[in-house]
Amino acid sequence: MANKKRNTILFVILALGLLLMFFASISLGSVMIPVKDVLTSLTGGHATKSTWEYIIINYRLPKAITAVLVGSGLSISGLLMQTLFRNPLAGPYVLGLSSGASLGVAFVILGAGFLPSFLSVIALSSYGIVLASTAGSTLVLLLVLIVSQRLRDTMAILIVGLMFGSFTTAIVSVLTYFSTAEQLQKFTFWSMGSLGNLSWPTIGILTTCVGIGLLLSAKSIKPLNALLLGENYAKSMGLNFKQARLIIIFATSILSGAITAFAGPIAFIGLAVPHIAKLTFQTSNHTVLFWSTLFFGSIIMLFCDIVSQMPGFEVTLPINAITSIIGAPVVIWLLVRKRNFQ
Amino acid sequence: MKNILKTSNLNIGYKSKKGVTTIAKDLNLNLGSGKLITLIGANGIGKSTLLRTITGIQKPLSGNVYLNEKEVSHYKPLELAQNLSLVLTEKLPPSNLSVFELVALGRQPYTNWVDSLSKEDVEKVHEAMKLAQIEHLASKKHFEISDGQLQKVLIARALAQDTPLIILDEPTTHLDLLHKVSLFKLLKKLTQETEKCILFSTHDIDLAIQLSDEMIIMTPESIVQDQPCNLISNGSFNNLFKDEHIIFDAEKGKFIVN
Repeated sequence: MANKKRNTILFVILALGLLLMFFASISLGSVMIPVKDVLTSLTGGHATKSTWEYIIINYRLPKAITAVLVGSGLSISGLLMQTLFRNPLAGPYVLGLSSGASLGVAFVILGAGFLPSFLSVIALSSYGIVLASTAGSTLVLLLVLIVSQRLRDTMAILIVGLMFGSFTTAIVSVLTYFSTAEQLQKFTFWSMGSLGNLSWPTIGILTTCVGIGLLLSAKSIKPLNALLLGENYAKSMGLNFKQARLIIIFATSILSGAITAFAGPIAFIGLAVPHIAKLTFQTSNHTVLFWSTLFFGSIIMLFCDIVSQMPGFEVTLPINAITSIIGAPVVIWLLVRKRNFQ
Repeated sequence: MKNILKTSNLNIGYKSKKGVTTIAKDLNLNLGSGKLITLIGANGIGKSTLLRTITGIQKPLSGNVYLNEKEVSHYKPLELAQNLSLVLTEKLPPSNLSVFELVALGRQPYTNWVDSLSKEDVEKVHEAMKLAQIEHLASKKHFEISDGQLQKVLIARALAQDTPLIILDEPTTHLDLLHKVSLFKLLKKLTQETEKCILFSTHDIDLAIQLSDEMIIMTPESIVQDQPCNLISNGSFNNLFKDEHIIFDAEKGKFIVN
């Protein structure tokens, strides 16, 4: 079939694009490092300057890996939500999952002072933050799910997501009132979103969480295809709907929860990337969409990361600003051409 | 003729906190292979409840539904999907599905966990599209085709599911006469060529009388199943609508407004 050939070509291009972006993201940054030295550092050799080697191995490589994990994870969770909610505008940020995760993290960072000291150490560890954040996003997802059963309207569900957003912001501002300047600073930096500053062990935790999320998503490919015809058809084709929905919810929550815990609430990637994949491949088949969303998510996140610290500039822009600048127009464009929503 | 679905002393209705609402009692229906059977009755009489009960979505108040001699509620979801396929009235969610992909979803009960189509699956999909006369639409998106064509595509999807029984919920609604007739004829042809049993609810009684092998008539008092000519001669249509302005003309086999 002609389609298959076209898809193969597209996937080869995407894979090459990903390699290129990954390498570019490692090579570019405020410190100029020659390509030759980048390559020797990556392959375990010694670069001309030992600081360069240090920057590559302990700063840029972890950041590039984080970008891939964050981009692919958020995009896949967006894809799952769009099919589950039958809503092209669904995504972890728009539906308030990121806000829910923020709330969980806010409770931990800002509220740790109220806990006995040994407990606050546990709560502030990477595990504590992941747990709180995943719990927060799961909670919001369940609430959205309940609301969406009553409201089938696309716009209504989005407004509900927006409300969760303002609700969590309000709670967070109440919490900040009781917290110290130091805690506040920590939370503010977290909430601006950042792909850097993750140590190798933290990346290990993130990889595990994203890995679990992606495996569960891959397992949901068939149910997601069935759900393209709606819940009742899916059931009539032998789908165990409740079980499938549970797996999809868990996958979405762990993906957006873990990613938000470590990288902060990152806007629009989860919403925009699945649409880019759908438009490029012109299909609704989730086997194709799963892989293409994975590739596009990683590539776009790496690209945003490169933009956020343009070579030659001293400052690093918050990643959240970059993804919003790219993502918000996509949402507006989707709304404008709503007549043939796909 | 092989019996495919059978109900014995079936009582249907709803259980709620306020008590039990019985819609119909002591139903003994028989759906046989190669038969086109229509279900008719006024709005709100409980056609959907009956269909929901015999497809296992809703539990009967009492009595049994047997699909291929096995009680419907004892089927595992996947096994049921291999014996019974549905065409529903609900609107499809927005998606990019092409007609081929949509029909191919009917193969889900047979595909592996990544949902890839085997050679046999692809053959079945093409066969189903050929039977439903929609091969020329294969590469179109499902939102690009007309309502009448979409109904045929959904029927092809049910055919691809390869089940001895297909149940359709009001497939002729929203269609003009031309497309209604073409859909009825298609269903008739399918029962003759594939030996499947097709049951569907409809409000197009004139067409149903002319084209179906058997009819199930639901009225508040009773539910009867028989061949159209027998139903006409025993006067079953007279009680279908409780309105003095609508009269059934037995000679012409159609309803007349007084």
